[in-house]
Amino acid sequence: MSDPLFWHRLQFGFTITYHYLFPQITMGLALLIVVLKSIGLRTGRPEFHDAARFWIRIFGLAFAMGVVTGIPMEFQFGTNWAQFSAMTGGVIGQTLAMEGIFAFFLESSFLALLIWGERRLGPRKHFLAAVALFVGSWLSGYFIVTTNAFMQHPVGFTRDAAGVFSIADLGAYLANPWAIAQYAHTMVGAVVTGAFAMAAVGAYWMLRGEHAQVARVSLSTGVVAGLAASILVAMPTGHHQGRLVARHQPVALAAMEGHFESGPRAPLAVIGQPNVEARKLDNPIHLPALLSFIAYGDFSADVRGLNDFPEADWPTNIELLYYSFHVMVGLGTLFIAAMAVAALLLWRGRLERSRFMLWILALAFPFPFIANTAGWLTAELGRQPWLVYGLLRTAEGGSPTVHGGSTLFTTLGFAGLYLVLGVLFLMLVAREVGHGPRALDRPAHG
Amino acid sequence: METLWFALAAVMVAAYVVLDGFDFGAGALHLAVARSDRERRQVLAAIGPFWDGNEVWLLAGGGVLFLAFPKVLASGLSGFYLAIFLLIWVLILRGISIEFRSHVGDGMWRSFWDAAFALASTLAPVLLGAALGNVLRGVPLDEHGWFALPLFDSFSPTGALGILDWYTVLCGVTALAAILHHGALFLVWKTDGAVRERSLRWAGRLFPATLLLWLAAGAASAALAPRLVSGLAARPLAWATTALAIGGLAVSFFARRRGRELAAFLGSAAFLLGVLAATATAVFPVWLRSTVDPGFSLTAHAHAASPASLTAGLWWWPFGFVLALVYATVLFRLHRGKAQAAPEGEGY
Repeated sequence: MSDPLFWHRLQFGFTITYHYLFPQITMGLALLIVVLKSIGLRTGRPEFHDAARFWIRIFGLAFAMGVVTGIPMEFQFGTNWAQFSAMTGGVIGQTLAMEGIFAFFLESSFLALLIWGERRLGPRKHFLAAVALFVGSWLSGYFIVTTNAFMQHPVGFTRDAAGVFSIADLGAYLANPWAIAQYAHTMVGAVVTGAFAMAAVGAYWMLRGEHAQVARVSLSTGVVAGLAASILVAMPTGHHQGRLVARHQPVALAAMEGHFESGPRAPLAVIGQPNVEARKLDNPIHLPALLSFIAYGDFSADVRGLNDFPEADWPTNIELLYYSFHVMVGLGTLFIAAMAVAALLLWRGRLERSRFMLWILALAFPFPFIANTAGWLTAELGRQPWLVYGLLRTAEGGSPTVHGGSTLFTTLGFAGLYLVLGVLFLMLVAREVGHGPRALDRPAHG
Repeated sequence: METLWFALAAVMVAAYVVLDGFDFGAGALHLAVARSDRERRQVLAAIGPFWDGNEVWLLAGGGVLFLAFPKVLASGLSGFYLAIFLLIWVLILRGISIEFRSHVGDGMWRSFWDAAFALASTLAPVLLGAALGNVLRGVPLDEHGWFALPLFDSFSPTGALGILDWYTVLCGVTALAAILHHGALFLVWKTDGAVRERSLRWAGRLFPATLLLWLAAGAASAALAPRLVSGLAARPLAWATTALAIGGLAVSFFARRRGRELAAFLGSAAFLLGVLAATATAVFPVWLRSTVDPGFSLTAHAHAASPASLTAGLWWWPFGFVLALVYATVLFRLHRGKAQAAPEGEGY
């Protein structure tokens, strides 16, 4: 346990997992706020502006949390992963600097105007502020996903004799096919989170018989966007991502599935417990040949199992990787089912009277957070034991002069700080939901 | 090419200090210059639209350092490990206090976040000033270009080294004074009424403090690192930037006395820019000096990213920089004139 690498990984894993709870909802809401405001502008119906105003307040709280929990992420490249940064900065520094320059300046410049400036700006310019935040947050997502995609599937680079990476083709690096696939998958995942949150608050108000018009707008926007995004996150984006993993990280795919024995017509495990010591999946419930089809579009395709790869290249935490992947896929399937039923009821005009479905929607909002987190765990645990896939091992990337005692100290500090921030954040969001939407001319604090 | 990127990184840092400096200073002073909730909200209305964008200069500057001088960033951040995390926590506290404060009208809630905001706004410039002191003093870089410093050790810049010693703390306190002065002049420019009057009095007190501490820190730097003096003397650009610093400080004094609010604030901005530019000119090309062996120092020439990476960065950096300036201009134009406390619920 005095291995500093363990503590570096724990700290980065904890702080990035916590951080990503916030960008996923702000990126999702940013799009939905633009949708609400554009419908409001086009139709002149005030309930769309009222709904947008409410969601902008939630957006503001989550955005502030995303900003402050994002600051340590930028620094930790240098503090905890110094060798990795020194080796790859010429490549990934490009997108990290681009994020600051193209995305953060845009977002931070117009955030206060979006949150506080509706009266000052008037409806059209305020709509533009919403668009600025949408563009800024989605650009930010692209730069981060591109950075991660380089670690997953490095392209557009050269290495010198000392192993230092540098850019060979900036265009190829930015248009990494892995980045495009992962970006599409990540962003619709964020919309799922935003849509479920919107549907949940709308359903909650409806169950309580409060704020009927804004509740209806939130509920229907959430359900329609939620159904579209839940489908898109599986097909085509998730499916495409899975095929990329099969092609470029076959050992990660085998670990995700607890698939040890190579062979044709590989089955998909619905459930089961990977027993890594015995190299098998305990108590499996299999769907025959489906893994072959998902990975290669062919039921008889040969899928290599973990036994075919040297153990040194196995992901370091196969159990957690397996469960993360299955939690993501399982929840994703449930999202489609829940939103399909809700959308059907909405279309029939029966959703508002279906208290059972409203209860489900009101309680469902945490699950997209879990699914998105599980998705990132799948991507990142599947990348192990590499920092840059196939080229630079995680063990080679830590900070040579930082010892475990320092890292545990700061990790504990983050744990305490983030606990307090999380409690305050939930309390403030609950206050806003309890208070409900506000008209433009009504004071905010009763 | 490395020289250009060294200059660009210095520009980003200088922009960060000048811009985030005024909201640090205003935040650190606001307990003193704004007594009632309405007055506090007036201060927040003055800095609220800007602070978040200002802070991005730090992240963008770090990004530039990352892409152009990755080894310098990696060595510096890991070597100053604990101090960096103190800075991160201070920045987190600051961002949260300004955002959370306005969401609840309760008096105790607001007093708590006001105090947290003032504390964080005070500590941040001290830490950043101490960081600059470390760069000037040098750090124990080994032959591989790595080092580790404890937060404190003998408190002497010539004994067992720590991040904090009397010299780096002096640099931190000097930075604090200069930033408080800067923030006070910003509030004189952007507020009216009692807040402006109190800020004016504080600016009057902070001017001599800034001047004396700057001279003391300069003398200590010259004594500890004679190479800085020779670096300054040998480079005409350093004379010009030093003159800018002196001139800016003088303008901040005389313009304030004549009631020229904007000129006084810009004078203070010129002072900060001049000090940082003179420092950068004096230390160039050394990013981090090794106290073990000057040959182990990290320099712009020897520790830059490859020419291909530096060239790639030049394809997009200028566009981003211009965009950032455009956003800042739009913001300042939208919020020109004196800041008024927003009606409850319509502003910070």
